[in-house]
Amino acid sequence: MSMDRKSFLKITGCAVAGAIAGNKLAGIDVEAQDGSAAAYPDAKTAKRWGMVIDTRKCLKAEGCDKCMAACHEVHNVPEVPTKEHEVKWIWKESYEHAFAKETEYPNEELEQLDVLVFCNHCDEPPCVRVCPTQATWKRDSDGIVMMDWHRCIGCRYCVAACPYGSRSFNWSDPRAHLDETNLNYPTRTKGVVEKCTFCDERLAKGLMPACVEACPEGAMVFGDLSDPNSEVRQLIREQRTERRKPELGTKPEVFYIL
Amino acid sequence: MSDRGRIIIGLVVFLGLITFPIWYNSAAGTDSAAPELQKAKGEECIYPVDYMRDNHMDVLMEWRDEVVRNGNRVLKVGGKTYEMSLTTTCIGCHTEKAEFCDKCHDYAAVTPYCWDCHVDPSGAALVEARVHRTSALTGEGGE
Repeated sequence: MSMDRKSFLKITGCAVAGAIAGNKLAGIDVEAQDGSAAAYPDAKTAKRWGMVIDTRKCLKAEGCDKCMAACHEVHNVPEVPTKEHEVKWIWKESYEHAFAKETEYPNEELEQLDVLVFCNHCDEPPCVRVCPTQATWKRDSDGIVMMDWHRCIGCRYCVAACPYGSRSFNWSDPRAHLDETNLNYPTRTKGVVEKCTFCDERLAKGLMPACVEACPEGAMVFGDLSDPNSEVRQLIREQRTERRKPELGTKPEVFYIL
Repeated sequence: MSDRGRIIIGLVVFLGLITFPIWYNSAAGTDSAAPELQKAKGEECIYPVDYMRDNHMDVLMEWRDEVVRNGNRVLKVGGKTYEMSLTTTCIGCHTEKAEFCDKCHDYAAVTPYCWDCHVDPSGAALVEARVHRTSALTGEGGE
């Protein structure tokens, strides 16, 4: 059988096109299995989530740690006894450490103050810039600085980059340091960085962050910073507020009334 | 052909060695049949069983990306709505991880790391962790 070049090319071309079309059709079948994904209908949404903390209301009761306890319980945050290996999402820091202010003429009242600190969900998050796997990223929809523990490779660049110490690294198996485990939230594993996520999993179900809900004094106000009529914006408008280390240009979205 | 005897002995030894796994396993009574998995509680799976058998790992990866990266937590398939969650939706029907996931993964010799973080509601993993913790506290287990 003889075949000239022209007909050979025609036949091969048709065969390749046919194979591609066949695969496409088969592909549609598989994709039809996918269904459509959506958010919960009653999810809480905002353009820019933020928080205002009224330190005058906080810690009214001596040694109150309800917000911390609630957060750490809901998110299976381990209680590691060794100080340098500790894991924390929200904790108390002295005023001096939280705001890093030095003056020769101290304000004794402020110096006594313990300030509630956690991830600031910065508008310009340095942790996100340095993450090589995008395991941490700023969510476009609402500005939350998210964590994807599936992707974290434990390089700890973000820990070094965060000027607020908001990130903890799991030096040991966190499950070994959990008394009670919330079955509805994952634990982390050794070699992964973790931090506060503004309770994205609770917002998705229409709930407020666990710390906000747990505070008996209403010292933590959570809301949409992009909405000029929101409670957080009202507070910022009416009160003098401070952010932690604003000079670094990270634009923290947690505001403090001191 | 004075070496015939040696060659035949060599061949017999060679064949014996290369087929060792086969007759060792048949002598030990090892069964190569696929394991019997726990029957699911629900009536039907989200996708057809055959599709799930081949593609459950891809389905879970897609769910992971939808939930974590895109914030979508519910899935509508054929008029029904499901929460895209390994520990509530999947385990809701396949209630025993050890009798469903583990059995087949052991048979197929694969070790996915889903449960390193996700909590098995049946609690076996946590009991293990507590044992580990006790040994860590008493200084026996290395950490």
